[in-house]
Amino acid sequence: MNQPLHHPTRVVNRGDRLFRGILRLFGLVVLAIALLILVELWEVARPSVERFGLRFLIETQWDPVREQFGALPFVYGTLVSSLIAILLAVPLGLGVAFFLSEMAPRWLREPVSFLVELLAAIPSVVYGLWGLFVLVPIIRSLELAILRTGLSRVPLFSGAPYGIGMLSAGVVLAIMIVPTVAAVSREVFRAVPDSQREAALALGATRWEAMKVVFDYGRPGIVGAVVLAWGRALGETMAVNMVIGNQPIISASLFSPAHTMASVIASEFNEAVEPMHVAALAEIGLALLGLTLLLSALARLLVLRVERRSRGRQAAQGVTSP
Amino acid sequence: MAVPIRVEHLNAAFGPFQALHDVTLTLPARQVTAIIGPSGCGKSTFVRCINRMHEETPGGRVWGQIYLGDEPVYGPDVDPVVIRRRVGMVFQRPTPFPTMSILENVVAGYTLLPGRPRDLESLAERSLRQAGLWDEVKDRLRDSPLNLSGGQQQRLCIARALAVEPEVILLDEPCSSLDPISTAKVEETIMELAQRYTVVLVTHNIQQATRVSQHTAFFLLGRLIEFGPTEQLFTNPANEQTEAYITGRFG
Repeated sequence: MNQPLHHPTRVVNRGDRLFRGILRLFGLVVLAIALLILVELWEVARPSVERFGLRFLIETQWDPVREQFGALPFVYGTLVSSLIAILLAVPLGLGVAFFLSEMAPRWLREPVSFLVELLAAIPSVVYGLWGLFVLVPIIRSLELAILRTGLSRVPLFSGAPYGIGMLSAGVVLAIMIVPTVAAVSREVFRAVPDSQREAALALGATRWEAMKVVFDYGRPGIVGAVVLAWGRALGETMAVNMVIGNQPIISASLFSPAHTMASVIASEFNEAVEPMHVAALAEIGLALLGLTLLLSALARLLVLRVERRSRGRQAAQGVTSP
Repeated sequence: MAVPIRVEHLNAAFGPFQALHDVTLTLPARQVTAIIGPSGCGKSTFVRCINRMHEETPGGRVWGQIYLGDEPVYGPDVDPVVIRRRVGMVFQRPTPFPTMSILENVVAGYTLLPGRPRDLESLAERSLRQAGLWDEVKDRLRDSPLNLSGGQQQRLCIARALAVEPEVILLDEPCSSLDPISTAKVEETIMELAQRYTVVLVTHNIQQATRVSQHTAFFLLGRLIEFGPTEQLFTNPANEQTEAYITGRFG
């Protein structure tokens, strides 16, 4: 007779049940917080959403006194400054990661990795101060030098040499996200099996050529690292606020003062008294949230792709395992 | 052109641990030489010295000398990259490059390096034929190598090593992760290779050594114990330890 077996997992003792309940509560709290943020932002932003509609994102005039609210300069500033940061930080971060995982002698590896990770722990306002006192003067003299060469006729380098502006913001952001790029891609490189490196070397590849194999193997993970770093650059507020010049200007010039979505919220929210001004700032917050979500969705998609591929790889190794 | 490999007083170490002690022997050209011995006897280290892969291991050191034909493998003006082009290697586990197609894998030795030959496709075909894999993959050259069986992957790695036209092929326990049928196919391939290359086969499988090799070297605890024609070594070993190993008393 096939009597159903006694199923021990069905008997739950009281402590377990309590524990489970508490954990469930914690999980729900996180969900509730996220939802509340969204609802609250939406509520505050509603007058602006209703009044401006989608035009809000393409208007270029931002004049709180005349109640003209167009967010495009901020969207532009956020995208361009983070793009500059990515362009500078990705090669540097990948180089650091590659050095640490492939070339550095063992005694150097741990301390340098630790220092790189330490960079990520420096408060953003400190980066801002450093940017203001050290980087901005450097950028200013660079701008002056370019002005003298006559290159300033090129739109990219035109404008007055303020020092503060898009380029300074991009460079500060780049320094802030290098640790993310470096730390994540170092893990990616380390996950590449040694057999791949040896296979390349045994074919007569030099270190440089073997690196291509390592890089290829880890490519999806590296894309993930870039997206993660980009997300950080999009939302960074304090340091950018201190060096970007805080002007809602869309200019082709790298030297022009600009503004970002995060930094306009930080700098105007305290002084915003008109309800429409507050609503417009909240809508910028909403748009920033949307942009970040979009990017995380992209990252998630890429991670899924990596997982699917590594599953394929495991399946292939399953065939060959003894 | 296949060349004999002359090994003279070869020593190798990992940091303080010496893995090979004063090995001297000559591996003849156009033959399969099997390297046998229990785990940890230094047989893998020995072949990794021939293509200078041992020094890529952290702490790996080598002293003594090896000659490919008349040319030294070790020396201040010898480029290990050049040696590795002349001495191909196949590892214990198949190591296809997962992001490349089957075709790209075969010619990886060229695409990774500057100066590619004119006709990669016919080069790939020739190499795959030599490795005995052509008929099985000719219709799926653009597929991922991960869809191949383990034995096919291993023969793909052999083809990849052959594509750069080496003189010597080192096989480090190439069948240890394969099933018997795949093993038989790879062994067939190895015997074919011996017509054109100097083949060195590390194996922990004594039957395999008797099946495919003409010469056998027996290593124990980092020393070369006995080296001779395979038939003689297995039927009439000169050394007691060799006899103990091949009759299964240890290892």
